[in-house]
Amino acid sequence: MDSDPEPTVSIERIYREEYGRIVASLTRRFGDIDIAEEAAGEALLAAVERWPRDGVPPNPGGWLTTTAGNRAIDRLRRESHRDAKHQAALMISDDSPHEPTGAVEDDRLRLIFTCCHPALAPEARVALTLRLLGGLTVAEIAQAFLVPETTMAQRITRAKKKISVAKIPYRVPSPADLGERVDGVLAVLYLVFNEGYLSSSADASPIRDELTGEAIRLARILRALLPDAPEVTGLLALMLLTEARRAVRVADGQLVPLHEQDRGGWDRDLIAEGHDLVRECLALRASGGARPGPYQLLAAINAVHTDAPTAADTDWSQIATLYAQLYAVSPSPIVALNRAVAIAELDGPALALAEVDRLDLATYHAWHATRADLLRRLGRSAEARAAYDAALALTDNEAERAYLSRRRGQLG
Amino acid sequence: MTKYLLSVHSGLDDYARPLDEMQPMFDAVGQYNQTARDAGIWVFAGGLQSPDLATVIDNTGAAPIVTDGPYLESKEWIGGFWIFELPDLDVALQWATEASKACGGPVEVRPFEGEA
Repeated sequence: MDSDPEPTVSIERIYREEYGRIVASLTRRFGDIDIAEEAAGEALLAAVERWPRDGVPPNPGGWLTTTAGNRAIDRLRRESHRDAKHQAALMISDDSPHEPTGAVEDDRLRLIFTCCHPALAPEARVALTLRLLGGLTVAEIAQAFLVPETTMAQRITRAKKKISVAKIPYRVPSPADLGERVDGVLAVLYLVFNEGYLSSSADASPIRDELTGEAIRLARILRALLPDAPEVTGLLALMLLTEARRAVRVADGQLVPLHEQDRGGWDRDLIAEGHDLVRECLALRASGGARPGPYQLLAAINAVHTDAPTAADTDWSQIATLYAQLYAVSPSPIVALNRAVAIAELDGPALALAEVDRLDLATYHAWHATRADLLRRLGRSAEARAAYDAALALTDNEAERAYLSRRRGQLG
Repeated sequence: MTKYLLSVHSGLDDYARPLDEMQPMFDAVGQYNQTARDAGIWVFAGGLQSPDLATVIDNTGAAPIVTDGPYLESKEWIGGFWIFELPDLDVALQWATEASKACGGPVEVRPFEGEA
């Protein structure tokens, strides 16, 4: 037994890390998410009471799962005489053979697919994933998405009710549906990451590392569970290569664009890990794998950026090629906008501006910001000023506003 | 097992379409129904007559009041439905996917209250 100088901090960290596993395994055993969550909460209370006294057990995750399982059985026994359904659940659990350890990982994968089921509203998928897999409290999730706690609690309760009443299954989808359903899970994780990467709100801090960190943690779990899904690897690589630049993305409250960032401040370990993952995707492709999907291509683009020692060393022709490939698999105007940024570096701002002006993105702040920059480089200051104003009117992120205001102020 | 209602919504225009135009849909639905019966999931199914043939009776007051026409003012009403007994929502969504193709309209899947 270890004696920990900060047992409460350690308990909370362990609990947070183990939460998804505990809830997943208990949900499978008792067939009910609420029972699983309550039991996990009771196991935490027991740990807080005992661990500071007795020390942290050698296998804390196993201890929490066993304790939670016992608490759930106690509860079901107490309630079984007045609740036929719980009695049925108890009988099922008593009849089932003991799961081998390997099945625990499968349980977590099941839970991810249940949380990200297409029959649930997108915002409910995000909330459920953070709550049940991430172990975030309802209050934390409410704060992350800037909605009142009661609203978030209702959203989660309603989603759990739909899972239970409409019988959204607790299983890994069949091979025929797997690809599409994995895409759904990746979309949820990417949404969580992006809200952290560039917060859409004026009231939150510009970068929310608790959200990017959680998205990365969940993506790592998903990759461990689905090692042969290249888009999962691609998304994890994309997140790592983006996260690597976090420390220098904001300076003095202003967003610092890629070409102005202090590259010495990038996290080399994350970049190395991201590059390894991108290479893994490329190798898979070279050995006859499927055409890379959008996350792998975005990861490759970020690998090219993070490979350049200085902004001037950036291989823009490779980036333009990758954006062209991305546009082929996901032909959105936002992809075309990013491709135009690469074209500006290769063929000059005039050609890029012509591309940008063709896009129907007048409600998107980044379209105006890109136009403003191209107009500035072409010496068309009055038009650039108007474009900066339009961009400023469309974003609430404080760091981005500070950056755009500075660029606007520098116009001749 | 849970019973699910798979319902199709249609407007008055759908009822006005000529029979020969509707025949391919009737055939597809007939085939679909047979598949569902063979699969042993069938509880009940039926197509409904036009909503302007509906009658509403309200006996929540002092005396029952009878009104001509559908209860809700709408442009679309339930035109037909299936009730199937199925293990879970994914299976229900698979059946609904085929149902939508057969009947040529969106299909709403809704679970019944449990019988416990």
